[in-house]
Amino acid sequence: MDAETAWAEAMKFENRPNPYPYFEQLRKTPVAKVADKTYVVTGYPELLALAHDPRISSDISRSPSGFGGDKPEPEPGSEHMQAYGREASIIVSDPPDHDRARRQVMRHFGPPHSPDLMPSMEPLVVQLANDLLDKVKARGNSRFDVVEDFAYRIPVAVICKILGVPVEDEPMFHAWIFDFMMGTDLGPEGSTAEGRALAEKGRASTAALLAYLGDLVQRYSKTPGEALLSKLLHDDGPDGPMSVKETTSNAMLLLVAGHDSTVNTITNCVMTLLRNPGSWDLVRHRPELIPRTIEEVQRLQSAVQFFPSRSATADIEIGGTVIPAGSAVHLIYAAANRDPRRFDNPDRFDPLREDNEHFGWGSGIHTCMGGPLARLEVNLALEIFVRRVESPKLVVDPPPYRHNQVFRGPRHLWVDFAAIAD
Amino acid sequence: MSTASLVSQLVDTFKAQGRIVIVGASLGGLRAAEALRKKGFRGQLTIIGDEPHEPYDRPPLSKQVLKGWVPADHTKLPRLRPVDADWRLGVAAVGLDRSNRQVLLANGEKVDYDRLLIATGTRARPWFNPEQAALKGLFTVRTCDDAAKLAAALRERPRRVLIVGSGFVGSEIASVCRDLDLPVTVAERGKAPLVGALGGVIGDIAAKMQIDAGVDLRTGVAVQRLDGDADGHVRAARLSDGTVLEVDVVVASLGSIRNVEWLEGAQLASGFWGVACDAGCRAFDINGVVTDNIFVAGDVARAPHVLYEYEFMSQEHWDNAVFGAEVAANNMISLEMGRRPHLPLPSFWSGQFGVNIKSVGVCSFGDEIVFTQGSITQRRFAAAYGYRGRIVGAVTFNHGKWLPYYASLIEQSAPFPPPPPGYDRPAIFEPMPARFPDPREPTAIPDVVLTGHDPTSRGAEFRPRSR
Repeated sequence: MDAETAWAEAMKFENRPNPYPYFEQLRKTPVAKVADKTYVVTGYPELLALAHDPRISSDISRSPSGFGGDKPEPEPGSEHMQAYGREASIIVSDPPDHDRARRQVMRHFGPPHSPDLMPSMEPLVVQLANDLLDKVKARGNSRFDVVEDFAYRIPVAVICKILGVPVEDEPMFHAWIFDFMMGTDLGPEGSTAEGRALAEKGRASTAALLAYLGDLVQRYSKTPGEALLSKLLHDDGPDGPMSVKETTSNAMLLLVAGHDSTVNTITNCVMTLLRNPGSWDLVRHRPELIPRTIEEVQRLQSAVQFFPSRSATADIEIGGTVIPAGSAVHLIYAAANRDPRRFDNPDRFDPLREDNEHFGWGSGIHTCMGGPLARLEVNLALEIFVRRVESPKLVVDPPPYRHNQVFRGPRHLWVDFAAIAD
Repeated sequence: MSTASLVSQLVDTFKAQGRIVIVGASLGGLRAAEALRKKGFRGQLTIIGDEPHEPYDRPPLSKQVLKGWVPADHTKLPRLRPVDADWRLGVAAVGLDRSNRQVLLANGEKVDYDRLLIATGTRARPWFNPEQAALKGLFTVRTCDDAAKLAAALRERPRRVLIVGSGFVGSEIASVCRDLDLPVTVAERGKAPLVGALGGVIGDIAAKMQIDAGVDLRTGVAVQRLDGDADGHVRAARLSDGTVLEVDVVVASLGSIRNVEWLEGAQLASGFWGVACDAGCRAFDINGVVTDNIFVAGDVARAPHVLYEYEFMSQEHWDNAVFGAEVAANNMISLEMGRRPHLPLPSFWSGQFGVNIKSVGVCSFGDEIVFTQGSITQRRFAAAYGYRGRIVGAVTFNHGKWLPYYASLIEQSAPFPPPPPGYDRPAIFEPMPARFPDPREPTAIPDVVLTGHDPTSRGAEFRPRSR
């Protein structure tokens, strides 16, 4: 199978439950050309090198992928990835702007200036997780959907609280984000009639979401509040305040990235443990293994499989390939995370795995800034789940998957259980 | 029985019944003990340390401890696994009898070993004048006791602190003093801070950082004498330019001395630069012949490094102690085919004046420098060091996430200068002389030093230096 075919297969919706055999095919050429001006990186050392190479730009407007907009013929079905790039949010910008914006956000998000924010979310997460399981219990039947009834509710509540987005607006922007995710198809199906229709809907919803967040940010710029978006707008730190437009772009980034990938990670953890009954018992009896379990699940299932923003600013020779300047370069974290040159038995789930330095949170300057928060949320949610849900079994395996290739995860994860403990 | 199986039986017996002694109970000693147990050594393990404390971490001593964030006795090293060792703490090793395989202790005891690990590290270089060295208010910072005493003195809010020497430790302490809003003078014999490790180009930036933070930085001067009051407390310092400073606290940050004196007479390749060993941590004897049973790790070790023309290198870096200890432990209980080399790319970090400084490779091996990313004026940049057209080191100021890129270039001996970045290019992207001081020029000794080898010298003899 040539690289082009393997990539197309990996991106096909029917292969969403398991794109890994195609990633393995791709990895025979760790840096492979899969389309005109598009290279995918599936090898661990090659990805590590490129994630730190200052000749690789994350500025989406420099990429030929078309996700950045202003290109004559953007790849079908992918135009609104540019929602990330409209006013250059952190993830699609390069230093020095990237560094400055990341500093501005981190001031109000983590140590050393805001060391208490993330830990202060613990009571909320614990209460939510328990309430959600109480609700499932009160329904009286023995089946529930881990995605809708459990995983989704937690990250969205946390990120809303942190950003200062009214949680009562959640049903509205949930639908927009859903459309946005559905409309982003980097595979062959993006150019079908159905793909185009989804893309159109995604575009409209993206616009609506941006407008909504723009209004919210405008309001905060006039009437300061307590949460992060407002603090960005009124910052008196060394980098000054962030503009309304840039705050809106980053609000979009943080809202989407801050909850969708965390939902997938919680779901992936439950799914992976239930696929490995021995591990479920191990972790239930030794909850101190949960942090390592999360890392191992993240290695295996990588809630962000790749992020298609990067491009080469110069000819780069790597892994036996020369990436010509101007090419899009997709770093496939999910694939590199199963590189047998780096991980023994890479397809095996091993919650006791040593030296598990995977790319599930990225690598280099764009490393997930919400990673510590996500780890906290997933850890607490999983701890409560394994303690309270008794004898759970997967109903359908593999479960139905979300459409999106980047933020890959189950759409539903039905679980049958014997009881829910108090 | 075949020789092979005899030998392998011998290894098993050694792992079960052998006696290993580790001299040095700091980072390297502890990590070696843990690695030995992890790798299946079940025999008798003795750890000898001259300090009474359990192994503790030193990097916080010149930073968080002095700042008052962490008490000096709260930097104990995390234990990675039980080591089940006989700890001999608070008693120094004073001699080594290789014929009888015994370590001699200060209290007269002798400890038998089958295999020995030397991890005695370094100590702070004391003030040069013994009489003045006895003054109250004069400090060095190497041990947690040192840090506790200096932290207490800083809490008394001295009128002025004088720091003699502006290597990393001296500069970090100056930074803490400014954070505490204490008046501080730094006296440096060289042209700028950090020049030994990073050269004059970076030294000038470090100097500007100090001055901007309100440090009274004086370069090109030596401190000639310290004067005390009637109580024997330091009150004044006389500089070589004739200036007299009124000071209540003096920190002598004059680099380190390797703890090798206890090895005198043991006929090992030990001396000013440490104990020479091969890349597998096996000590050389005085003739440069590798020993079977004596291993070296950490600050006190010096070994040839493939990336640096096989020059013998001492690395006073944290991770060198950790990785060296693990390799030494492995090789102490492995046969030839199971032995591993200790060939780390040197790396270190420092925090001072709000800037996180990180480095990989051996910058001082280079003679050219090029700024590769970021902005010098904003103190966020990466710079690479070159030697004969290849990259040998790199340093970052508030740009540490880029370091793995430079590490991989150094590992590959990639061409210097490296290709320009696609963004955030520095105003000047031209190699320039790195301005490392002439080794004969008086300055602090860098943390990584190239101690060289001289294949023409014959007949090995070390003459004990007077102490």
